[in-house]
Amino acid sequence: MTAAASALPQLPKAPTGIDGLDEITNGGLPAGRPTLICGSAGCGKTLMSVEFLVRGIQEFDEPGVLMAFEETADELAANVTSLGFDLKQLVADKKLRLDHVHVDRSEIEETGEYDLEGLFIRLGYAIDSIGAKRVVLDTIESLFSGFTNQAILRSEIRRLFRWLKDKGVTTIITAERGDGSLTRQGLEEYVSDCVILLDNRVINQITTRRLRIVKYRGSTHGTNEYPYLITEDGISVLPVTSLKLEHEVSNEVVSTGVPGLDEMFARRGLYRGSSTLITGTAGTAKTTLAAAFAAESCRRGERCVYFAFEESPQQLMRNMLSVGLDLHPYVAQGLLHIESSRPTLNGLEQHLVTIHKLIGQYQPRTVIIDPISNLVSVGSITEVRGMLTRLIDYLKVQGITALFTALVSGSHSNLEMTEEGVSSLVDTWLHVRDLEGVGERNRGVSILKARGMAHSNQVREFLVTDAGIRLLDVIIGPGGIVTGASRHTQFLQEQAASLAAQQEIERRERELERKRRVLEATIANLRTEFESVEEELRRTNLEEERQHHELLQARQRIAAGSNAHPGAHSAAAPENS
Amino acid sequence: MEPEQGLPEAGPEYVLHLYITGATPNSTQAVRNLKDICERYLSGRVELQIIDIHQQPELARQERIVAAPTLVKKQPGLLRFLVGDLSDRRRVLALLGVAPDPHDPYIYD
Repeated sequence: MTAAASALPQLPKAPTGIDGLDEITNGGLPAGRPTLICGSAGCGKTLMSVEFLVRGIQEFDEPGVLMAFEETADELAANVTSLGFDLKQLVADKKLRLDHVHVDRSEIEETGEYDLEGLFIRLGYAIDSIGAKRVVLDTIESLFSGFTNQAILRSEIRRLFRWLKDKGVTTIITAERGDGSLTRQGLEEYVSDCVILLDNRVINQITTRRLRIVKYRGSTHGTNEYPYLITEDGISVLPVTSLKLEHEVSNEVVSTGVPGLDEMFARRGLYRGSSTLITGTAGTAKTTLAAAFAAESCRRGERCVYFAFEESPQQLMRNMLSVGLDLHPYVAQGLLHIESSRPTLNGLEQHLVTIHKLIGQYQPRTVIIDPISNLVSVGSITEVRGMLTRLIDYLKVQGITALFTALVSGSHSNLEMTEEGVSSLVDTWLHVRDLEGVGERNRGVSILKARGMAHSNQVREFLVTDAGIRLLDVIIGPGGIVTGASRHTQFLQEQAASLAAQQEIERRERELERKRRVLEATIANLRTEFESVEEELRRTNLEEERQHHELLQARQRIAAGSNAHPGAHSAAAPENS
Repeated sequence: MEPEQGLPEAGPEYVLHLYITGATPNSTQAVRNLKDICERYLSGRVELQIIDIHQQPELARQERIVAAPTLVKKQPGLLRFLVGDLSDRRRVLALLGVAPDPHDPYIYD
């Protein structure tokens, strides 16, 4: 709203300073104009208007006048003390004027024509005496109980609204809700420029307060019903669904606190600022996984707030100690805050506010809610989903890494359900389940989705040991991945098989050795045989040579007739043959 | 408007304050009506004050004035706010505890 705002003058607005209300109204109530707040008894109409005045004084330096028709100044002051509003001090500082208009039917007699100029003068005097910019008329319809002439009253109230506009004061008028109309007199809503309807609903014994802007002349506004709360700090409206999906994202990855689980993600962990849901049936170590995540956050030196809706902090810490997760030092260092409460303690909105408040107080980087499924006992599924949407939005905008656990019922867990329907809201979804075999239960964890990250498709068996959670290696048996006793059997079988194989190898080697020896012996035999044959052959050859030689000599002797000795030059001849 | 007779301990029998808002028709009418009633019925027994709350706005709060004109009957009896221009004379007289005079021209039936 920058270019448009400068081009055309926007309707001036008076910020209320009330948490969330200014967001719904795009900046506040119409400045210098009357606004009607209507609702049934116990909605906090008076409180909202008083807060409007007090915040106006404290935050925007706009003095205010409170004209109360039902409560006296002392009663009003006492009623809002619990919220930390010191009306008497504000009155003493001349920032606030309280005027109790007491109208008692029994004291009033009508004797002719009249108007309400007395009221105008009182109000005008109060406004002028402190330079008020804000006015609250708390239940103007009380006038109708004091005066009988409806025609006069109606025209005078119209005139009053006109007069307040001319005075340029931002006014809140409160009114009781009537049958079938917003107010009993059916008048104020038409003369007001803005109408805020407060509603107090009890569903399943739990009260939820809701606020809706019925009309706002000359301005856009949120049209939904927004839950609001009366907290120790005043009214808090949760305009949460007005938040947009435009939060910053981080590319940083944080560990889950379970090494084996990190391995299942391509980037070895979860994105910072993402939200993760762990679903599982009872006793599948959801809390242990959550606590491991919390401990890991603390190990990095980042603060973590753990909302436990099932266990007390002591119980949680004791139980986690049994699996080797010592949370005590983190609690002592102030890194970990465990907030335990029964889900039924509060309505959903109250929970949301508590969560908001603690997050504001501790500024954690990690938030764990264990489990969200318990909240269903407080509200209907749509309400819980609405609340969780708002919560997840809030956490994302804050860049807080969040982890929720949820109990799913039944062994044939229909996964798409996760009753709260938050699965589409979270970025990562882990499912832990019982892998039930013959006579035993084992735990398996799988990743159903991980936005923006490749991940393992396997169901990994894990053990909860006294040193934390340990993921076991995947063993694939004849019928797929095996777990538990089958895993053990498979392991033994494999061991036996490998032993047998080893023995087989050794046997073969021995066999080979034997063969080799036999063959070597044969070779030796043959060689000896060969040698003897060779020797024989040589000897024969030599013999033949000698005979041949002698024959030759004999021939020479015969030829020469002389009996000569054999020559040296022919001695080498037998060598060559 | 001075109390004429003198029971020393008691003030006037009637203490009436009329709050008006300047010279509006209703206010003028109320003043006229009240003066006539006082002259006709309460002569010498009344302490009457006519206050313009435009002049003294703080009095309006103090005296719990909402409508105008308003006649506040402080005495005798209980506090009563007689709202209006006092044209309903029979009613005004009844509230003041005075019997109507049959010759009063302003009593209409």
